[in-house]
Amino acid sequence: MTKIKSLEDLKKMQAGLRKQIELREKGENPDAHTQIRVAMATCGIASGSKEVMDYLMEESEKRNLDVVVTQAGCMGYCHSEPTIEVTLPGEEPLTYGNVDKKKADEILEKHVKLGQLVDGIIPVTHKTIEEKK
Amino acid sequence: MAKHKMNLMVCGGTGCYASAKGDLVKALSEELEANDLSGEVQVITTGCFGFCEKGPIVKVLPDNTFYVEVQPEDAEQIVKEHVIKGRKVEKLLYKHPHTKERISDSVHMDFYKKQIRIALRNCGIVDPESIDDYIAREGYQALGTVLGELGPQKTIDIMKESGLRGRGGGGFPAGLKWQFAKNNPSDEKYVVCNADEGDPGAFMDRSILEGDPHTVIEAMIINGYAIHANEGLVYIRAEYPLAIKRLKIALNQAREYGLLGKDILGSGFDFDIQIRYGAGAFVCGEETALIQSMEGERGEPTVKPPFPAESGYRGKPTNVNNVETYANIPVIINKGASWFASIGSKNSKGTKVFALAGKVNNVGLIEVPMGTTLREVIFEIGGGIKDGKKFKAVQTGGPSGGCLTHKHLDTPIDYDNLIKVGSMMGSGGMIVMDEDDCMVSVSKFYLDFTVEESCGKCSPCRIGNKRLYEILERITDGKGKKEDLDKLRNLSTVIKEASLCGLGQTSPNPVMSTMDNFYEEYEQHVTDKKCAAGSCKSLMSYHIIAENCVGCTACARKCPVNCITGEKKQVHEIKQDLCIKCGNCMEVCKFNAVTII
Ligand SMILES: Cc1cc2nc3c(=O)[nH]c(=O)nc-3n(C[C@H](O)[C@H](O)[C@H](O)COP(=O)(O)O)c2cc1C
Ligand code: SF4
Ligand code: SF4
Ligand code: SF4
Repeated sequence: MTKIKSLEDLKKMQAGLRKQIELREKGENPDAHTQIRVAMATCGIASGSKEVMDYLMEESEKRNLDVVVTQAGCMGYCHSEPTIEVTLPGEEPLTYGNVDKKKADEILEKHVKLGQLVDGIIPVTHKTIEEKK
Repeated sequence: MAKHKMNLMVCGGTGCYASAKGDLVKALSEELEANDLSGEVQVITTGCFGFCEKGPIVKVLPDNTFYVEVQPEDAEQIVKEHVIKGRKVEKLLYKHPHTKERISDSVHMDFYKKQIRIALRNCGIVDPESIDDYIAREGYQALGTVLGELGPQKTIDIMKESGLRGRGGGGFPAGLKWQFAKNNPSDEKYVVCNADEGDPGAFMDRSILEGDPHTVIEAMIINGYAIHANEGLVYIRAEYPLAIKRLKIALNQAREYGLLGKDILGSGFDFDIQIRYGAGAFVCGEETALIQSMEGERGEPTVKPPFPAESGYRGKPTNVNNVETYANIPVIINKGASWFASIGSKNSKGTKVFALAGKVNNVGLIEVPMGTTLREVIFEIGGGIKDGKKFKAVQTGGPSGGCLTHKHLDTPIDYDNLIKVGSMMGSGGMIVMDEDDCMVSVSKFYLDFTVEESCGKCSPCRIGNKRLYEILERITDGKGKKEDLDKLRNLSTVIKEASLCGLGQTSPNPVMSTMDNFYEEYEQHVTDKKCAAGSCKSLMSYHIIAENCVGCTACARKCPVNCITGEKKQVHEIKQDLCIKCGNCMEVCKFNAVTII
């Protein structure tokens, strides 16, 4: 193991190690980040929600967006899976249906980055996924 | 390797290990493996979440799902339901003590709402056996800043400005102590971390060392640099095997990275740390006794002055700080003194870790800003009194502290306020008591501890506390006299004033504070020979209420000394002179016919 010889070395090393802890840190203060929850029940997975989730995780990182992507159970909109729920810091959650990569890209660019709503929002009949269950 | 999407954080603290019926980490890892998810989900052993009573705990990050009482057989469900389908496993979620609702995640648990974690910031997030995790959380940056930019005096100035006070009990300003140690010239100085933690029921220091050992190491190196010491010692009780193991691993990792040893971070500063084991005597936590013990002498306190900062280990200037005090230091350097000083109350800055125990719904380790009220701790974080009983008292400061009551509930907790109301902060034990607890017995319990732990070097403590204990015993046995109450007070005052060390000087506190706040209860014991809480056996008797008794004979058959008489279907009676007060009769009677008077 190489020794760390200076503060610069340490900082470089830290930058390299950030990734391994970032995911865990996001839980510390969830309201400070944009939260995206992807419905991952059987119906969702069958319609491609796993790919969408991977895409959202990779892309928000590439684009340097402060987003926590987590998975949720069935949101009750099986006809419009994959569904995702987007919560900007301090705002009410909004749910999108039929999200594919293209839609996900649009959501990241417009909704997450600029706060503009994108087509495909499912009218909300519930507050959070937990309460719906 | 695919990027991780989720972490399963498994508590690796002593508390959770004790309640685990098998290897949880292994079970979860195997289940993930079987579902081909090892690349996506990582299982990490981490430090204490504080919620030990409901352990073993598994927390899912980043969604904060908080699973309690998880056993290896639950691994399958967690993976199949939560990880694969995104559905929380209801039965493992924490149940609110009043509403009985399952709480979806830690963010919504009252237990965590009022907490701010500084000393415990990494517990539950890092793997304590991974220095890389610690470095990723800005670990050793403060050390880098101190060595490379600040220099010794500026570092000490930051400590002073932060207002950090010692968390080991005394509350002495840490910056000032460092300044004394720095100012005393010597070619040889020492830094000592006090991890003796002798207060019964306390486990904050253990949890820090188990959950985040590197923070203590980093702070000790900073301390060494600031006062010009090249050697550090951690004095830890041998009964903390897991903390010792983690500390050893951390020390070796720090050495491998060159963060301990020669020329740390290219600064030319050398420092290393050794571990010393304590036998677990309470008095050895007192700093002068601790130094004696490290030198191979009997662990007895010595007269102060000289203070350790002048003449400590091997007669050299020595700085002693507590584990939790150290755990705050890297954060203070990284975030700045004014950040730290903005948290807490006027004369007590930052947070304090408490081991909340006793008759509250949520028992565990908590960290709250100074100035939080006892009410917030007991009724919000603690979830109120268990089994719908009434709050009676809260004991803070362990054997050196006191019992506070209703009228103190809105007191903001800090060093000065607690002393003002007749208790003290101590190291952070906090025991909540309800209507069934007898205050005379509580002070007897602490005195028993003190008598056991007194080193015997000075007579006020050795003999005085024994006498105190005897009087208390007399009172709880129903043989107390009115004069005993005055004797208790007078003797307490003498012991406080005449004892050599902090143990004796504070040992009468439990007696004095309960007498101040619950005098009627003492009086009742000596004049009416009654214990309202029903805990002093000698002062109570079991009776059968004639109207309720149906003569089922259940009690008579369960009485171990056959002192219950009565025919079938006739009212039964207890022969008081034979009764040993075991309580069996009350337990078996289905008709509420047995009562205590
Ligand atoms: C009887 C007695 C027991 C003590 N036990 C401990 C202990 O277990 N841990 C501790 O840190 N300090 C303990 N102290 C306080 C130490 O003497 C010392 O003040 C403290 O370690 C200094 O560190 P701090 O300023 O960071 O709190 C005890 C004091 C007395 C009088
Ligand atoms: S006060 Fe008690 S513990 Fe302290 S030196 Fe005296 S006898 Fe020993
Ligand atoms: S158990 Fe109760 S009801 Fe039955 S004989 Fe004893 S006191 Fe009476
Ligand atoms: S308390 Fe025990 S000894 Fe006394 S009467 Fe009841 S059963 Fe018998």
